[in-house]
Amino acid sequence: MNSANPDDAFKHELSRRRFLRHAAWAGAAVAVTVSGGVVTSNVLHHGSSTPNAEDFSFVQISDSHIGFTGAANPDVTKTFQSAIDLVNALPARPDFVVHTGDLTHFSTNEQFDQVKQMLSTLRTGQVLVLPGEHDSTDDTGEKYRQFFGAGTQGDGWFSFDHRGAHFVALVNTINLQKLGHLGPEQLAWLEGDLKRVKSETPLVVFSHIPLFAMYPDWGWGTDDATTALGYMPRFGSVTVLNGHVHQLMKKVEGNITFHTAAPTAYPLPHGGDGPAPKPVVVPAAQLHQALGIRQAHLLPGRHGLAITDQELPS
Amino acid sequence: MSFPFSRPAALAVVIGTLAAVGLTACGGATHAATMAAAATPQAAPAATPAAQPAVATSAVTIDNFSFMPAAIKVKAGTTVTWTNSDEEPHSVVSSEEPMRSKTLAGPNNTFTHTFAKPGTYHYNCGIHPFMHGSVEVTA
Repeated sequence: MNSANPDDAFKHELSRRRFLRHAAWAGAAVAVTVSGGVVTSNVLHHGSSTPNAEDFSFVQISDSHIGFTGAANPDVTKTFQSAIDLVNALPARPDFVVHTGDLTHFSTNEQFDQVKQMLSTLRTGQVLVLPGEHDSTDDTGEKYRQFFGAGTQGDGWFSFDHRGAHFVALVNTINLQKLGHLGPEQLAWLEGDLKRVKSETPLVVFSHIPLFAMYPDWGWGTDDATTALGYMPRFGSVTVLNGHVHQLMKKVEGNITFHTAAPTAYPLPHGGDGPAPKPVVVPAAQLHQALGIRQAHLLPGRHGLAITDQELPS
Repeated sequence: MSFPFSRPAALAVVIGTLAAVGLTACGGATHAATMAAAATPQAAPAATPAAQPAVATSAVTIDNFSFMPAAIKVKAGTTVTWTNSDEEPHSVVSSEEPMRSKTLAGPNNTFTHTFAKPGTYHYNCGIHPFMHGSVEVTA
């Protein structure tokens, strides 16, 4: 560290130690680096190992809003295609790609069909999808499920095991009255689903709307999330990946780490910045910096996911 | 002007992220507060519109992510019209009165519903459910 003032170096060391101590309390230390527009957060955990988990990666993309025509992104198809191209150019082919909702802007059959065709060009083992509230703008998700509901339950939720980890995709975008909502039927299903999963199994949860109270006045939270998260304290590692808020944010609560994702369509303001979550218009040449894809690596012997967020190329 | 991801801001976002991690790790009170907010029960929608006096009109404009006026008063048998003047799509849905508009956007930006029975009916936007309104129907 190049510091002219020794006090600064001392403060830096102090804050570093304090951070590490607090991080240890939280269960995992996190190193975040920025390099060439790539924000990386690595979990530096030396605790209990996950012997059954294998090394693999998957990709999250989110909030493509096909059909949107506003000034914040005059060509959402182009930026969605750019995200797909970026995934297809990754050195390691992801085991699967999950889209965490708001595939479309207006939930029309044409928009769902276009998204489905574009997703089918991803170079990956499997494409998984969950709905956003823009995918049920004038129904309760019936059209969405005609396109993407195969193999899912209820409003479109599902779970699966993959190479030693357990994955759950929740739907919290139907029948909203203020915040995201899971509902008693889905909560009962989730409780039963998790009962058969061993505590040392890494657990990864997908949702569209955040499961933590990010900014409730704009609906950025889920009214019955505490019930869902209440099934998870026994797990050594829980990672929740969501979309909806069109910006990166990380939050740790006990054994649970939440990561909100960048969109492929357009940025939104930070919670409470302005009167409403209206699409933010940025200079055209800078739009790609607000958009991106996310890679998640599950590493054997580590206690959680290593997350890499990458912005779209210019 | 809010631009979350300019180059200099990207660093600030990361620093902010680290700060948030530290806060959560050491601040039990912070943790408790956010969890409490997450647990807000679903019955909340009634609160906002009721705080304002109902305006006697059958026309509601949707502007800047708000129903205006948020609370209206009409006689039974009146047809209320909603008009979306935002660029963003909105909708009108209610669990207290059987109404669910189509997506209101572009040329299809109006929705009408006739209220037959006296009572107070709360509604929200199905896409942005933090947007609330109410219709008080008098005999």
